Amino acid sequence: MAIELKMPALSPTMEEGKLAKWLVKEGDEVSSGTILAEIETDKATMEFESIDEGTVGKILVEEGTEGVKVGTVIAMLAGEGEDASSIEAPAEPKVEAQQVKSDVIQDVSATSGTAKLATEEKPKKRDPEVPHGTNMKTSTVRDALRDAMAEEMRRDERVFVMGEEVAEYQGAYKVTQGLLDEFGPKRVIDTPITEYGFAGIGTGAAMGGLRPVVEFMTFNFAMQAIDHIINSAAKTNYMSGGQMRCPIVFRGPNGAASRVGAQHSQNYGPWYASVPGLVVIAPYDASDAKGLLKAAIRSEDPVVFLENELVYGRNFELPELDDHVLPIGKARIMREGSDVTIVSYSIGVGVALEAAEKLAEEGIDAEVLDLRTLRPLDKEAVLESLAKTNRIVVAEEGFPVCSIASEIASICMEEGFDDLDAPVTRVCNEDVPLPYAANLEHAALIDTDRVIEAVKKVCYR
Amino acid sequence: MPKTKTDAASGTTDTPVTPATQDDFDLGSLQQALEGDKRYKADKEELLKLYEQMLLIRRFEEKAGQLYGLGLIGGFCHLYIGQEAVAVGLQSALDGDKDSVITGYRDHGHMLAYGIDPKVIMAELTGRAAGISKGKGGSMHMFSVEHKFYGGHGIVGAQVPLGAGLAFAHKYNEDGGVAMSYFGDGAANQGQVYEAFNMAALWKLPIIFVIENNQYAMGTAVNRSSAETHFYRRGSAFRIPGMQVDGMDVLEVRKAAEIALEYVRAGNGPVLMELNTYRYRGHSMSDPAKYRSREEVQGVRDKRDPIEHAKAELVELGMSEDTLKDLDKTVRKQISEAADFAESSPEPEMSELYTDVLVERY
Repeated sequence: MAIELKMPALSPTMEEGKLAKWLVKEGDEVSSGTILAEIETDKATMEFESIDEGTVGKILVEEGTEGVKVGTVIAMLAGEGEDASSIEAPAEPKVEAQQVKSDVIQDVSATSGTAKLATEEKPKKRDPEVPHGTNMKTSTVRDALRDAMAEEMRRDERVFVMGEEVAEYQGAYKVTQGLLDEFGPKRVIDTPITEYGFAGIGTGAAMGGLRPVVEFMTFNFAMQAIDHIINSAAKTNYMSGGQMRCPIVFRGPNGAASRVGAQHSQNYGPWYASVPGLVVIAPYDASDAKGLLKAAIRSEDPVVFLENELVYGRNFELPELDDHVLPIGKARIMREGSDVTIVSYSIGVGVALEAAEKLAEEGIDAEVLDLRTLRPLDKEAVLESLAKTNRIVVAEEGFPVCSIASEIASICMEEGFDDLDAPVTRVCNEDVPLPYAANLEHAALIDTDRVIEAVKKVCYR
Repeated sequence: MPKTKTDAASGTTDTPVTPATQDDFDLGSLQQALEGDKRYKADKEELLKLYEQMLLIRRFEEKAGQLYGLGLIGGFCHLYIGQEAVAVGLQSALDGDKDSVITGYRDHGHMLAYGIDPKVIMAELTGRAAGISKGKGGSMHMFSVEHKFYGGHGIVGAQVPLGAGLAFAHKYNEDGGVAMSYFGDGAANQGQVYEAFNMAALWKLPIIFVIENNQYAMGTAVNRSSAETHFYRRGSAFRIPGMQVDGMDVLEVRKAAEIALEYVRAGNGPVLMELNTYRYRGHSMSDPAKYRSREEVQGVRDKRDPIEHAKAELVELGMSEDTLKDLDKTVRKQISEAADFAESSPEPEMSELYTDVLVERY
């Protein structure tokens, strides 16, 4: 049977092109790989190769023709045992249909995944009740994090910890203290200073079935590795149609520390929270640090777990439970109030709580909502609190532009507009790289006074 | 001279550390083994099988190029034509139950070398629900965890540390598996490749790094991009033995793979193999190929084609022309069925837009 040679698409965007030159003529024998013609696209001149064997029968589009639509039959090729000279051109040069379109979006039936996602109740997870009489102990965030890792490593052989100075040095910030002694060098692994490399190795190990906890000495250094966090870890499950999972935790301190300058002081919460396929957690106190890190290690999804160096040493109450695991994706009301909601996360929660105490003295009853998870964000909790207080201030230790605070503002505008009695107000760091000088650094970071001022403004006080 | 070091914090006892001396690393130790006996001794049936796999890849890729031209395949599409002997030769030496493979975006051939149904691969190229990634990955992002094939990665060089991670998992699980990480001469200039080399050698990870040197990083010839164009030497700084292999001869590839596998399986750490090969087509479908001459491409096709080479050898071994002709027909039929399937099967349901973003619901 004669073979139709059609005008090929030679780039992702090409719709038509110029048939610049024929390199074969009627009657020529061609085989796979023979260059048939030169075609000019909008970008370049390309060669058009034959993939079939045969004899060129008829040339239907002369060289020099411009605007030849992709799919137009430009020549006929006679196959084995056919007479090239008797080949007929097709009735009229036809244009190949581009795609077989399936259902359009409106036709999504009630049983489809989309409909389910839209209608199915999200699992109503709440923090598990702490049984009455549970002993509360005082713990630093640092120890809570360490205990979380140790407990999960005891529970699951696949869990291991890798990073710079996590083993023999006992952790640059002592978060992994004692793990090497208990679990040995097979499971507590010092890496060279090579973030891109070990983030990739950790991600590959997760693809291969392990449960890595990759520590970045700080998230500033994870910038070297962000390609693996985003392109390798976060996208794998989707790109593979759900075939290949990547259960990994990237953890370490995030945000401003103290007097370490611009390159070591940045909150990456908004960066990672913008990436579909990641879970992003940024706890404040010891209980959440422990319960959420344990949940992160057990999750089937890649998790970015953002800690804060300035909070590591703070003491909090921690319930003494055998297995303290908290739900990912749920915000927590840290302080109930009725006049205004201060939304925050990580170190900002401490600032918000302090502001709320001072505001109480002035007769303003502020609710403090700790987001805890930045992705997926607990919108319901934000909107519920808004419905109650009608005013929202977001306190965020991070840059103001494209921040979590910006996201909260749009959620309230789009889905809680009728509940708003005042504009959603952002209290963030100044929009500058973090300076070194003590006075300038102090001026750049959020503080209680700024939160109080913003709260008073939205309360019209 | 032996040194000792102590670590007061962990209380571990002195660990003797043997420093590297010049003479205990020989870059060419495995090459010597290969030089002694370069080609795998395949009988007629074995060679026919390898030939069939290479032919399947060739015909598949030609068809893919055609479907791209018809607008049925979109975006980027990188063809493996010319490089078939690499994936086929190497993968034929692996233990399918234990060993894992990872590669970059030029991944159709590696999938086919596993015997994965061409239909589901072609349907992925056309973005259909029946595709191996449900149509959500495309040409560059195909995976088969069942076959321990871990993709299909679009960021040049990313598969090298990821592959080292797979090797890490083999070692951690003590499952006896070896990871094979393929990358190109272009990727060989990425920094993360050397970060992975360092850790793989330091931790003696069971991995074979495979550089498919097809002579061009997109349009940049190796001598215009690389200070050291003998890529097998690129592991020297990490004490990784190198091998230089004719990637156009499937039996030499197979033999080299066996030597490398034996070394890696014995717990010696990584091997770096450079396979010299050639890509007949452009870097991707939209490559105007102005950086090399037609004569150069034709010269390789005429003189070094891996499939023609294997075919001639089969004939020499007494395989009849008819058998080979029938095989070609069978393969063409298989590919044309795959193309029909890929053209006619439906696109993904709209619901797939939102599935598989995360595994769990929170």
